[in-house]
Amino acid sequence: MKYLKQFGIILIVSFLGELLHLIIPLPIPASVYGLILMLLSLCLGILRLEQVKDVADFLIEIMPVMFIPAAVGLLDSWSALKPIFVPVVLITILTTVIVMGVTGQVTQRMIRREQPKKNRKEHRQK
Amino acid sequence: MKAYLTDSVFFGAMISLAAYEAGLLIRKKFKLAVLNPLLIATVCVMAALLLLRVEYKHYNEGAKYISYLLTPATVCLAVPLYQQLELLRKNLKAVTGGITAGVLASLVSVLLLSKLFALSHEQYVTLLPKSITTAIGMGISEELGGIQTITVAVIIVTGILGNVIAEFVCKVFRIEEPIAKGLALGTASHAIGTAKAMELGEVEGAMSSLAIAVAGLLTVVGASVFANLM
Repeated sequence: MKYLKQFGIILIVSFLGELLHLIIPLPIPASVYGLILMLLSLCLGILRLEQVKDVADFLIEIMPVMFIPAAVGLLDSWSALKPIFVPVVLITILTTVIVMGVTGQVTQRMIRREQPKKNRKEHRQK
Repeated sequence: MKAYLTDSVFFGAMISLAAYEAGLLIRKKFKLAVLNPLLIATVCVMAALLLLRVEYKHYNEGAKYISYLLTPATVCLAVPLYQQLELLRKNLKAVTGGITAGVLASLVSVLLLSKLFALSHEQYVTLLPKSITTAIGMGISEELGGIQTITVAVIIVTGILGNVIAEFVCKVFRIEEPIAKGLALGTASHAIGTAKAMELGEVEGAMSSLAIAVAGLLTVVGASVFANLM
């Protein structure tokens, strides 16, 4: 019964996220509202970690599987994609690499700049 | 036989799970980043549908129950994030700086490359939200007058690509800090990238989840400004 209850709580938060999505006229999906609601509930002590943890871990673990149907859906958008296929592929590959590199590098530099050097050495020795 | 396949509500979900298991097995055997279970599963299911001549909409009759879990699963990404909240507080500046830089890099690079390939305004705004989560990206594309089906396709491909090349890119750019790795994955390739970040570690996963939400929200604002630039 523990798992059912946890799943129920997660569904309630998802439902409230959907409600916010309906009320607020912004292109922000229900899932992002839900994520923020869940985080707030945990921070404010409305929910305790162990009330959702097991099912949350399970759902996150199987998450890649949930993208298969959407990815297979590429079969249906092929005709729309075909005329601009080459530039789209190139842009996709290049920007993905650029965004990943820039985000990672900027974050890393800022972290290391803020960290006192002594602290970092200790960290490395561990 | 075919009628049996298209009528069964279990067919779509069954074949998706089977293909994913096959993907996991293949990765275990060969240990190559390109052999990503999600990528293998997608290709297998596509091949099966084409071979058996099953239409996507019939497959999706069953497979939609897998997609149904996507919203609850995204909501659950708050759990690892909550567990790493202290780490987030300590590195708040670096985290906001990194995600903002990533979102800007995405918008600027799409703009420049679209100019280079002489794309139309419609095609350009279709690609603008390519790095963020499907649900927000679709909304932006619609708002700006893009072609939604292509936006969704490009977002999915970006996700899978990011998931597959993440370890390679981190090595080339010497990205070693777990926080930086997680943010890079989440900002560049949204939830599909986050699935990879979860495999790398708890910190990576939590930071990647955070990046999905923050990069998505920043792109809502940024894309509407950038849409006027071409």
